[in-house]
Amino acid sequence: MSRNDGRAVAVTGLGIISSIGLTADEVTQALYEGRSGVVLDPQRAEAGFRSGLTGRINGFDPRTYGCSAKMLRTMCEPAQYAWAAATTAVSDAGLAGADLQSDRVGIIFGNDSAVKPAVEAVDVLRSEGETHFIGAGNIFRVMNSTVSMNLASALGIRGASWTLSAACASGAHALGQAVMLIRAGLQDMVLAGGAQETDWHGMMSFDALGAFSQRTSEPEEASRPFDADRDGLVPSGGGACLVLESAERARARGARIYGFITGYGFSTDGSGHLSRPESSAAARSMKMALGDAGIGPSQVDYVNAHAASTPLGDRAEAEAVFEVFGSDVPVSSTKSMTGHECWMAGASEVIYAILMARRDFIAGNINFSRLDADCPRINVIKRTVDRTVRRAVSNSFGFGGTNATIVLDFDCGQPQLGVAKGL
Amino acid sequence: MTRAEILAGIDQIMTEGFEVEPALLKGEARLIDDLGLDSLDGVDLVVALEKKFGCRIEEADVRKMHTLGDIYEYCSGLVEK
Repeated sequence: MSRNDGRAVAVTGLGIISSIGLTADEVTQALYEGRSGVVLDPQRAEAGFRSGLTGRINGFDPRTYGCSAKMLRTMCEPAQYAWAAATTAVSDAGLAGADLQSDRVGIIFGNDSAVKPAVEAVDVLRSEGETHFIGAGNIFRVMNSTVSMNLASALGIRGASWTLSAACASGAHALGQAVMLIRAGLQDMVLAGGAQETDWHGMMSFDALGAFSQRTSEPEEASRPFDADRDGLVPSGGGACLVLESAERARARGARIYGFITGYGFSTDGSGHLSRPESSAAARSMKMALGDAGIGPSQVDYVNAHAASTPLGDRAEAEAVFEVFGSDVPVSSTKSMTGHECWMAGASEVIYAILMARRDFIAGNINFSRLDADCPRINVIKRTVDRTVRRAVSNSFGFGGTNATIVLDFDCGQPQLGVAKGL
Repeated sequence: MTRAEILAGIDQIMTEGFEVEPALLKGEARLIDDLGLDSLDGVDLVVALEKKFGCRIEEADVRKMHTLGDIYEYCSGLVEK
């Protein structure tokens, strides 16, 4: 996908379930106020975790989103979040259930684990001595594609339907792939998003890596991307869904348009290392996305960084952002508030950028005090600033060196499409 | 356990586990056509009944159950044994 072919992809609906809110309004307010969703979970310390820090989703009940007991037998935690986000997004887009039941409508979600139901099934087998007692529903909970299979089935989706696994870039790649399907004329509309379990089972192997912050005495200050005193990420999760549709279709039905996805870029580190990020590859992803959108770096008003508060990752991204954008463009990582929403982060952070643009502000990178001396001088925004955002970039990077960048354009009259400049 | 207690236990599984309307819980109710259960529900229903009554239900017997009354009779017989 080297050039935008004119099939601009509109965002017409969104739904978000996160540690900083269960509605777009709640999340917008939290972003504006710089409110953290991070807590200390004593259960993790008791279970033997190195860090008990986590983002916590408060007050979520899947039954309030129409999940029946039958649905819950096949939906594990990430699928429940995704269901809530997707049904909210569909309603937000002014669509009815029948609008989804077409071979021109698909669903693509990013998700890369469903650990708890796997652990529970092993427990049952070991205690009962036969698989019979695991029951029929668990196979539909235990697979990564628990998200797309459950949602597609319940919503009556007839077009594309799959879950994309690409570590912490899963959600962003899901959006990018949905954009490509719409641009190619293969789908008119795609529910695209990401989901991430928050239960401790899903995080124990990540904790074993030693990648989580140890700042347990100050949970809300633990996630501090780019800050000199950062000491690791805080795991978090939830569900995020965007209704993406061709601009023609969105305009034809008079839909409210939040903005357009005008660029998608991707790259892989190719470094031979699973978890050490390469700044040059991150820069390639950003350049590709800008080229795809047909804009130059000076036309970007805000970069929502991937930065997860890890020493190596943040530094590599700062180098890449500096290489591509220089030192002026405002940068913040909403992970400072939410923690790292992992598989869904690439979708949720696009929603956060949309919510900021809608209210004309850039959320601050909370807990940021001073830039790491080893980071180049990028413009990290400490506190919320009131500012019009016309174009934004959102980065997501994952294990194995998979990188994704999404470009958003909020000029809802006509998106800027053209030839890449200065790249 | 009395027969009434067994039937009440089955009804509880139906209403709480499978969201069947209490008004539909009649012996002649067909599991698929009247109560809306499907093949996946069938697997979970058997496990739920086994746990409830501490028994084992053979697959060959499961295939003979078409109505709620069939389940009432089968479970009553098992528990009495």
